[in-house]
This record gives sequence, structure tokens and C-alpha cells, in this order.
Amino acid sequence: MTTPDDNAHDPTRQELLSFHVGTQEYSIDIISVREIRSWTEATPLPHAPPYVRGVINLRGTVLPIIDLAKRLGIAAGEKNDRNVIVVVQSGDDTVGLLVDAVSDIFAVSEAELQAPPDMSSDGSLKCVRALTIHEERMLRVLDLAAVLPNVDAEAA
Amino acid sequence: MPNDPMAEIRASFFIECEELLESLQDGLTAMDDGDTDSETINVCFRAVHSIKGGAGAFGLEDLVRFAHRFETVMDEIRNGRLEPTRDTIALFFRGADVLYDIVRASRDGESLDTATTEAVLGDLEALVGGVIEEEEAEEEIDFAPMTLSLDPIDDDSADAPVEATPPGLLIRFHPAAELFSSGNEPRHMLAALRDLGEITTTCDFSMLPALADLVPEEGSIGWEVSIATNAKKEEAAEVFEFVDGLCELSIEATGTPSAGLPDLDSIVIPGTVDDGEAPEAASGEEPEPDPEPEPVAATPTPPPEAAPTPAAKPVPAPAAKPQAAAPAGGKDSKQAAGGAKATVRVDLDRIERLVNLVGELVINQAMLSQSVAEAGIPANSAVSSGLEEFLQLTRDIQESVMMIRAQPVKSLFQRMSRIVRESSAMVGKSVRFITDGEQTEIDKTVIERLADPLTHMVRNAVDHGLETTEGRIAAGKPADGVVTLTAAHKSGRVVLEIKDDGGGINREVVKAKAEEKGLIPPGVPMSDQEIDNLLFLPGFSTAKEVSDLSGRGVGMDVVRSSIQALGGRVTITSEPGIGTTFSISLPLTLAVLDGMVVEAGGEILVVPLGSISETLTLQASDMEQLGAGTQLVRIREEFVPILDMAEKLGFRSPLASYEGSSVLLIAMEDNTRSALVVDRIVEQRQVVIKGLQESYGRIPGIAAATILGNGRIALILDPADLIASAGSSRTMPALDLAG
Repeated sequence: MTTPDDNAHDPTRQELLSFHVGTQEYSIDIISVREIRSWTEATPLPHAPPYVRGVINLRGTVLPIIDLAKRLGIAAGEKNDRNVIVVVQSGDDTVGLLVDAVSDIFAVSEAELQAPPDMSSDGSLKCVRALTIHEERMLRVLDLAAVLPNVDAEAA
Repeated sequence: MPNDPMAEIRASFFIECEELLESLQDGLTAMDDGDTDSETINVCFRAVHSIKGGAGAFGLEDLVRFAHRFETVMDEIRNGRLEPTRDTIALFFRGADVLYDIVRASRDGESLDTATTEAVLGDLEALVGGVIEEEEAEEEIDFAPMTLSLDPIDDDSADAPVEATPPGLLIRFHPAAELFSSGNEPRHMLAALRDLGEITTTCDFSMLPALADLVPEEGSIGWEVSIATNAKKEEAAEVFEFVDGLCELSIEATGTPSAGLPDLDSIVIPGTVDDGEAPEAASGEEPEPDPEPEPVAATPTPPPEAAPTPAAKPVPAPAAKPQAAAPAGGKDSKQAAGGAKATVRVDLDRIERLVNLVGELVINQAMLSQSVAEAGIPANSAVSSGLEEFLQLTRDIQESVMMIRAQPVKSLFQRMSRIVRESSAMVGKSVRFITDGEQTEIDKTVIERLADPLTHMVRNAVDHGLETTEGRIAAGKPADGVVTLTAAHKSGRVVLEIKDDGGGINREVVKAKAEEKGLIPPGVPMSDQEIDNLLFLPGFSTAKEVSDLSGRGVGMDVVRSSIQALGGRVTITSEPGIGTTFSISLPLTLAVLDGMVVEAGGEILVVPLGSISETLTLQASDMEQLGAGTQLVRIREEFVPILDMAEKLGFRSPLASYEGSSVLLIAMEDNTRSALVVDRIVEQRQVVIKGLQESYGRIPGIAAATILGNGRIALILDPADLIASAGSSRTMPALDLAG
């Protein structure tokens, strides 16, 4: 893994946490990551959208869990012990993202990010902010705000 | 906002106002109970005066204007020129109400309906015959520029006032740090001195340290004020009355008494004889200092200021006895106010955090207990007994933390006494309001949310509970109706009671009205209790019957649901001719809930115990089918619809048969009942409530979440919400009511 200090001085560089969702590799800005914890069974919420797995107890806080594979509409791998919850914060909301496995932390500069193709028919694409190449693999950079459900609107 | 020091000072002024208003209310209540000694009157006066002082500092002119007049009238009582009759005290109560409103309006930056203010001001003025207007004019001059000399005193100029032959006063005034920290302002005092005559001020820098050593919060400068005046030392001393002990003060008479002017002491004795009857302010004060000490010293309790009008004394004493005996809390509260307890003002967020952490501790301890039990450690081992002690400590900490948020219901009760005053005046009934248990403590959030339902119930008690004065006399009751509001702790809950000694609920009228509105089928026999509960039915009364105040029955459904939202229950008992009592039973805190842990569709859920009226097991012989999808269970001659909890929450599809299932019988606000089917009843326990709305949002049928002993989250059901949403999807018109 790249050490975070290497790129700390370049303002356009940002660190990303990458993880596997099914067969694809995604990443998010590490600034929004609060912690990574192992998978525990969630308590399902009634009338929740299918990608909301339920809520878990994060040291006394009720934490909603989003199944990222279901959110992005892709086939997830088998659930196993390596499945983890990435606890992220966006604005005032803290949620857990259920991913298959965390793979790497790396830094990219803004110039290395390219806009995703405009495929408006694929709803899940609005969750992807950019694409980049890391170690010859394509990495999708998530737009966290788009991933998190607007729960108030949905509950109404 | 938090970084704005001015806003903070302002905020703390308003908090102080609340406290002052509370002590004003206490004082007035004590006066109303016949305790009109000078200390009680002083407490009231000082409260209004301090509010005025602070308001002046913040430029809240409306507040200053009203407080000033209010204070002036109170001063008349303090000086014994006005008798504290019941009517006067009633007016003071109204004045306190208006003061409260203006404080609120000033704090929230709202404008106020001036009609009430002006009416009360008019009545206050009528009491003293327009004196206030004059003083008000003087107050205006307050804004005129005033020259305060900052020139250091040199010895020559200090002698200057003495040289002047006209009579005068020389005042040396050096404020201490406490004077400033208690919100007093030397400028006001100097301005007040100016009213006594022409003043010359010189600044005393003698105690001013070098700039490097200067502590700005501490007063380092003093003033020497010489006044060319005929006023007495005492008049000048009065200006400093409120900073007594907060400054160094010396007042001496200066000037060479000429032949025409008698010296200070000699003027006093003839003054008493000549001017004793005159109502003028100046002469009233003159006789006070000297002639009094002797006669007063003879009496065992010397009231320093009550003497001037001897007639004032005998009034309160006999009237006091019967009333003072009634509320025992009155004495307590006075003591509580007197021996001020040390308190700390803490941000609610910090307490909130502590409450959450303790909730954590409780859950962790439960998890630990479970693991120890699973590990098969014997009960008498060190681990088990240590855990036992840990358990006890956790419980103690939890209780203590919950108590931090607890507040006495006193402020709430004071608000209610205002409601009684206003509503009794509106319907023209004479009402005595008795409170008890003002020191009973409830969670702060509960107190806030109780205000509306209580207001409603107190109004109802005055408007509908009590008969008219004629009606009372005809029934052989005392003309004054009595409304009693009590609070007490009973077996881990708080019980509030609103009681009137009116005619009781007229059950025939209530039943006839409910039938007329189609709320119940005609001619069905009902028990008294059932009829009383009809008052809680939504739509029991319509706008037509609403009087100026809301009618009993109007909005009682709202009252009941807001009490239930607090985890409370409300019940009515009524006896014809004797009166009606509403009892509200509330949990001590909103953070912990008594719940029934159940399993539905493989999930663990918690149902608030308060909403469950009974549990039973379904038997085939008791079940009936209605239409295509509705199943009913027969419970003691009543058909109750069956709701499958797991299905309603979407955990599984409906079962073919519910025979043998466990059922929770839920009583709704509108008296309808529903049978909630669960897979299994696990246990009954207290749970720590965790909000769900902040982290996820509202879920229909779910009130909140909690964390179980195994660390898993369980949802807390909102049965009323679940049943209501089920009711809208199915069609069950009036069936549950008719049942």
C-alpha cells in the first residue's frame, strides 16, 4: 500500500479507498471513511428499499447498512468472512456500506480522473463520479452523496 | 452565535429573567396566601427591579417601560402607602403575566399584542392615581447626556464642595467587582443622584493600578459626588440600596446649615407630626429613619418598612390561616427559594451525550452478563459477584444521570396558575387554584411537552368542570370553585392530577351527544367508565359547542395522544356533584422504556408495555372470519380485528391460520382495540431508547430502536401507528367502535 504521507502536499491529489463489489472494483474518498468493521447481521427495517440491509449497533449508534452491490444493481459475490462494512460519513449522515472486501488505499491527482460515459439509461451510473486507472485496473470512484438514499424523501 | 459574547450575555439575562419571574410568582403566591411581610414584598419588588435593570442594559424599551411602572406600584406597597388587598395582588399577578409575555417577546424578537399590556398598565396606574406617568417622564431624562468627570481628585478640588455653603451631600462611591458582575451599572446610580439636585462628580483614580496590572472586570475607579440638595442622606442611600455590600460607600451631609434651614436631625421630629398624613412621597420617607426604631424595637419581629400605615398590618393575618394551611408545598418552595442551592448550568448536548454513554454502559453490562452466563461460570464465583456489583453500580449511575435532566414541575405549575387566572376571568367564575408537589421532578423534555395538554385540561376544568357561581351556591357548595393540580412520584412513574370540585361529568348528556354524533350506536348499555372515556373520542364535540375556551371533549383526543406519545396514560374519574379528576401517569424519563420483547417473523421487536392491555393465546373457537381478509377474535363479548405484526411489517406473508399464536391486545386512544399476532413473547424488560429518525428516517409503525443484550438492534414498535396504517389499507368502518 502507498503510505498516505507521500502525496499529502499535492492539493489536487486525493486518497481513495478501494474495495470489491462483486467482480468490480470501486473506491471512495478516504476523507469520508470513518472506520472499517467486520460484517455483523443487520436488523432489517420494514418497508425499506431492497438495498437497505437494515441497521447494526455501532457502539451504541444505530447505523443503517447499504448493500452496495444491490444499490449499484450488480451481482454480488458469495457472502463470506471477508465481507466488511465501510462506515462512511457524508454531511450529517453516517451509514455503513456493505462491500465484498477492501483492497487498497492509493492516491490519484485530479488530472488522473476521467468523467464516466454519459449513459443516462443506467441509473446506477449516477453513483459513479469518475473513472481512473490504478495498477492497470479500472477503478470507479463513487459519489457518496448519490449512493446514500435520501431517506426522508423515501419515507414520505 | 456561540462566539458572540453579547448574544451569550443576552441569553443569560433571559435565563435570569425566567428565574426572577419564578421568584416573583412565588412571592405573589405567598402574598396571596396572606404572607405580606416586607421581605416577601421586597422579593417581588427586587425581581421586577432586576428585570428592569437588565432590560435597560440591553435597550429593551418595552420591558423597561412596563417593569418601571409595575415596580413603581409595588413600591407603593413596600412603602405601606398601598394595601396589598386581594384585588391588588390579583392585578400584580396579571402584571407578572404581562411581564412574562414581554420578556418572552423580547427574547424571541416578536412583537406583542399591546392591548393586554395597556389594560394592565391602565389598571396599575389607576391604583396609584397617575403617579407613574410623572416618573416615566423623569425616566426619559435618563437619556439626556450627563457629564461624569474623569478628572482626578486633587486635594484642593476635594475640598471644593465643602466650601460651598448651600446644604448638600458628599458621596464617596467605589464599586467593587461584584457590583459589575451582578449586573449593576454605576451610571444608573449617578443618574439617580442627579435627580436629587445639581451634582458635581469627580473621579477617584487613587486605586487605579498601572495599565499592566489592570483587571478590567474589577472596578478600579470610584467617584466622589457632591450634590447641592436639601435631600437627606437616606434619600441618597436609597439609590445605592441594591448594591449594598457591593461597593464602598460613604455619604455625608455637607454645607453650613444657615439659620433658615434646620439641621438634619432637627427636621425629623416635627416632620412626623406635620406631614404624617400627607400622601406626598418625600414626606413619607422623612419620618422613617428616626422615630421608628423605638416603637418597633418593642415588638418581637421588627418589620422595617411596614410601620408607616398601621392599618396595613391587621389585614392579612386572619385571612391567611385557612389558605396557608392548604398547600403545604408553599412553605417548602419558599424555603427552597431562600436557601438557594448551588447549581451548574450545563449545555443540554453534554447531558445528552452522558445519557447516551450510560445507555451504552447498560447495554455492555447486559452483554457481559450474557457472556458470563453462557460461559457457565458458577453463580458464587468472584466473577459473578463482581458482575453483580457492577450491575448495581450501573443502575445507580443510570438513575443519577437521568436525574440530571430532571427538573421540578414548578415552572409548569406556575404557567397553569396563569391559565386558571385567565380562563376564570374569561368565564366569570371565581376559582381557587391549589398546587401540591411542585418540587416533583420530571425529565425536562417531558415537562416541555406536557405544557399543552395540561393547559387544555386546566382550562377544561375551569370552563366545564366547575359549575357557575350561582350553580355552586344552589348546590350548597362554597362559591369559589377549587381546581387542584398535584404531582407525585408513584412506583417509578410520575402521576399528575388535575381535579375540580365541580358537578362531575353528566354522563347522560355525554352519551346522548356521542349517539347524536354517530360515534356510538344508540341504545347500547355502557358502564360509567366507558361513557367517561367517550370524551377522548376524536370528534366527540364539534365547533358548535366550543365556548371561548375549548370545551371538555374538544381536543381531549389530542390530549390523550400527546400524553401517550410521552409513554403516559390518562384516565378520568368523576363523581356526580363532587367533581372530576384527570390522572396522568408518566414514565420518569423518555430515555428508558418498559417493553415487551417479542418475536415476529423471525425478528425481535419491542412493544411498549404501556400500550398492551393484555396478552392471550388464540383458540380456534374464539376466531371468526369476516369478509375476505379480516379475521376477528372474540374477547369477552367483543370482536377485535387480528393484525399479523410480521406481515404488516413486511417480514413474511400472512399465515393460513393463527390458531395457537400469541396475541398482544392493544388498546388505542379512541378506545378501539386490536389483537397483534406475534410468533412468541420473549420477555419483559427495560430498554434504552435509540432514535431511528436521525440515522435513517421515519418508518411507519416503528417508533425507535434499542440495543439488546446480545448487541443486536431491535426495533421498538409504535402500535398505534402500525394499526392506523393497517386500518387505512383495509376497510373496517366503525366496526371496532361498534364492537
